[in-house]
Amino acid sequence: MTAQDWIAVASVVTAGLTIAIGSIGPALGEGRAVAQALDAIGRQPDATDRITKTLFVGLAMIESTAIYCLVIALVLLFANPLLP
Amino acid sequence: MVWVQAVTPFPAEVLRIGPVVVSDTVVLSLILGVLLVVFGRLLFVSRRTRFAAEYVYETLEASVLGMTTVDARPLLPLVLTLWLFIGAANLVGLVPGLQSPTRDLSLAAALAVISFAAGHYYAFKRHRFAYLRQYIEPSLFLLPLNVLGEVSRTVALALRLFGNMLSASLTGAIMVYLAGFLIPVPLLVLGVLTSLVQAYIFGVLTLVFAAAALAAATPKRPSSEDARPEPKEKT
Repeated sequence: MTAQDWIAVASVVTAGLTIAIGSIGPALGEGRAVAQALDAIGRQPDATDRITKTLFVGLAMIESTAIYCLVIALVLLFANPLLP
Repeated sequence: MVWVQAVTPFPAEVLRIGPVVVSDTVVLSLILGVLLVVFGRLLFVSRRTRFAAEYVYETLEASVLGMTTVDARPLLPLVLTLWLFIGAANLVGLVPGLQSPTRDLSLAAALAVISFAAGHYYAFKRHRFAYLRQYIEPSLFLLPLNVLGEVSRTVALALRLFGNMLSASLTGAIMVYLAGFLIPVPLLVLGVLTSLVQAYIFGVLTLVFAAAALAAATPKRPSSEDARPEPKEKT
């Protein structure tokens, strides 16, 4: 195999690993955020609107870490700068 | 048939004017912008639609103003426009033969730059150079970190919208390729939710960042302009 082939193989493997490992953290974080928000709503049903709004913004922030991994994986697969 | 071939999950060139390459993103977002303006004008033709539009506007206005502790009224047109445009641009991907223009990093980055510039513009308009004090806030040594944070959150804003919309578009395409007709419908339903949530998030984050810049230079004693309690740092 030439160097090009090795780069292609490494890119595909790394893309898979990136999205697999990279989604663990955000998944745990989002689960924790939702659990806490449900807990808070259970304690204070009156504040549901405010909690939900903040929860959505927070979830988007947490999710962006997973999105970074996705972007890296997509770059490796479709726009790899090392491959011609 | 140039258009059908060009419209893929990845933005592609549909026509070329001299050295300028025009991608389907540009065409679609311009059409969408014009359509939104025309639709907005049409709402004012009849009394009934006008009342409906005003009711929707007042609901949205109340929800935006309730989100911050500073007086966010100057930010209102920007945030509502972002909601409307990004929401429409995200949902246009459901139309067969079209893809949402926000799946293109260029459009997402342009919107993020608008959001970044708007925060500075409104803060400068209200506080002149005093708003720059937020960058040396707890101490002068944190200046590089504050600037870095400002840049990275703008990049994050662009990447979040782009990544979400491209992944929605790609999963749809992959499911059609693997499973065929009608199988990706549940994914499309999920895509509707993602589209609306992302539009909402983009507007809210713009509002929160700009409001933080507006609040940064507020003097310690509350002025007559906003007599509400001292706002806390949001980010």
